[in-house]
Amino acid sequence: MTDAAPRTGVAGRTGLRAHPPEVSAARARRWGAFYYAEQVLRVMKGYSWSIVMYSVGQPVAYLFAMGVGLATLVDTGNAAFGGVSYLAFIAPALLVSAAVMTAANEFTFPIMDGFKWRRIYYGPHASPLTPQQIAAGQIIAVTLRLLLQSAIYFAAVALFGASTSGWGWAGILVATLTGLAFGLPLMAYSASITEDKGQFALVMRFIVMPLFLFSGTFFPLDNLPVAVRWVGWISPIWHGTELGRVFSFGYREPLLLTVLHVAFLAALAVLGWVLTRRRFTLRLGQ
Amino acid sequence: MHNHALTPTGTLTGGPPNGTVISAENLTKTYGDVAAVDGISFAVPAGESFGLLGPNGAGKSTTMKMIGGVTRRTAGQLSIMGLDPDTHGPEVRAHLGVVPQQDNLDEELRVRDNLLVYGRYFGLPMSYLRPKADELLEFAQLTDKAKSKVDALSGGMKRRLTIARSLINEPRILLLDEPTTGLDPQARHILWDRLFRLKEQGVTLILTTHYMDEAEQLCDRLIVVDKGRIMAEGSPAQLIREHSTREVVELRFGSERNATIGSRLEGIGERLEVLPDRVLMYAHDGESALEQVSARGLRPLTSLVRRSSLEDVFLRLTGRSLID
Repeated sequence: MTDAAPRTGVAGRTGLRAHPPEVSAARARRWGAFYYAEQVLRVMKGYSWSIVMYSVGQPVAYLFAMGVGLATLVDTGNAAFGGVSYLAFIAPALLVSAAVMTAANEFTFPIMDGFKWRRIYYGPHASPLTPQQIAAGQIIAVTLRLLLQSAIYFAAVALFGASTSGWGWAGILVATLTGLAFGLPLMAYSASITEDKGQFALVMRFIVMPLFLFSGTFFPLDNLPVAVRWVGWISPIWHGTELGRVFSFGYREPLLLTVLHVAFLAALAVLGWVLTRRRFTLRLGQ
Repeated sequence: MHNHALTPTGTLTGGPPNGTVISAENLTKTYGDVAAVDGISFAVPAGESFGLLGPNGAGKSTTMKMIGGVTRRTAGQLSIMGLDPDTHGPEVRAHLGVVPQQDNLDEELRVRDNLLVYGRYFGLPMSYLRPKADELLEFAQLTDKAKSKVDALSGGMKRRLTIARSLINEPRILLLDEPTTGLDPQARHILWDRLFRLKEQGVTLILTTHYMDEAEQLCDRLIVVDKGRIMAEGSPAQLIREHSTREVVELRFGSERNATIGSRLEGIGERLEVLPDRVLMYAHDGESALEQVSARGLRPLTSLVRRSSLEDVFLRLTGRSLID
């Protein structure tokens, strides 16, 4: 890596030399997404305390309120709960829902921040990184956050004795996948918003909350009238929750349905990723 | 300022042999039916300070974005360090330092971290970035702000930080889009000084501005752009010589009377330009032109004799002033 021409040695005393542009470009082409993920993680580090508090506090509060408090009323050995305690029944659902809530936050406001509010994406866009890499970096960082948060959540579930199967830990992956299945299409939408008219508040109120309530989270979907059951069927939270239950306490359902859950979640995530990529490229390239 | 500060031209790695670092041929960008950039051609040799002067909406920023490899051109040819930005975006951008019109610093990160993070986008290792960030903070006179949050900085400081950030990869070409717009005079002078040092080090500066004093201070050569087209090209002195007189007399008779008195000034100097707020009288000898005004019995409220500037060139070429 000898570079004959003196470069911009602004202060120059230390004899520092950046590697040549060709090396920058080659590295960025290969690792660019991770470079951007590093930036997002650094920003998250700035509010790591609240991330940890949220990750620990939320499961403890929910598990205690629902699983211990509410459970005293509903724990009647109801077969609808798959033969386990109410706490064990709702724990995988809470784990999945928490990941979706986090994804709903991480794939909305920060995206608007990148394109519009503080225009953060335009900085790296002028560097060797490509728009797709910026999008991918954001997703990688959020995925790591989802994994970490879900791992902490699962630890709480385990401490409450609410995971009876040895496969319970797989719920961490299920929750993360569900977060992405819900979050990536939302990210594509966020990247398409040019004017902030409070769309995100509407998303939270009219999409996230109904899905949270009607996705078999607190009671089996079958308890709902047929007319509203479709909400669960199209809801990533329901697919994630059912899948989580299979791992958490060996909830019995046809194998085909289990495969369908995975396929549905993966398909949503891939679709969201494709749309997001396209959106980022179009918008940053304008 | 330092022993290795000056760069011999033509030794750039990966550059074309004749030392041209940027060349544009009929460069065009249209948005729908509107041509933001309408077939402009220019070439910039290594080490030159090249300016695009023009009013807002002239197509300067769009041109910069195409050079910067972030916006695709509609037509024409463009090559940066011999590379086509449309096909070699990352390679082109790896050669550049970019100071955008609007600061886009990461306000959630601290001042020094902004430099470190940006350097990572070029795959630069931390062992290089840590001391380099300190060097650049010193260069930008921000050493004591290293640990501050970005939103605590003044406008001028943010601008300097953006410039420091653009230098993290030691680029040989620096793109500056309206680098001093919105800054107070003192902050502008500090910035000009820093840019001048880079120029002395042989960095190729491409800058857009609608300030003629900035263009005169920093540019070896410039193109005057209006409505996406090149109106004139040359060094500031050359442009003034070709398109204006040596001196200008600025006369103010009060906004009501400027227009009516204009006709009574005919014949003095080479050319007369009647603006709503003042009358500009172009003459080789301003003082004697002013004496002729008095001789005709006209008493302006204020009068000023000054050298011609690029503002006058622009006025001549387009019939409009730079800043509306």
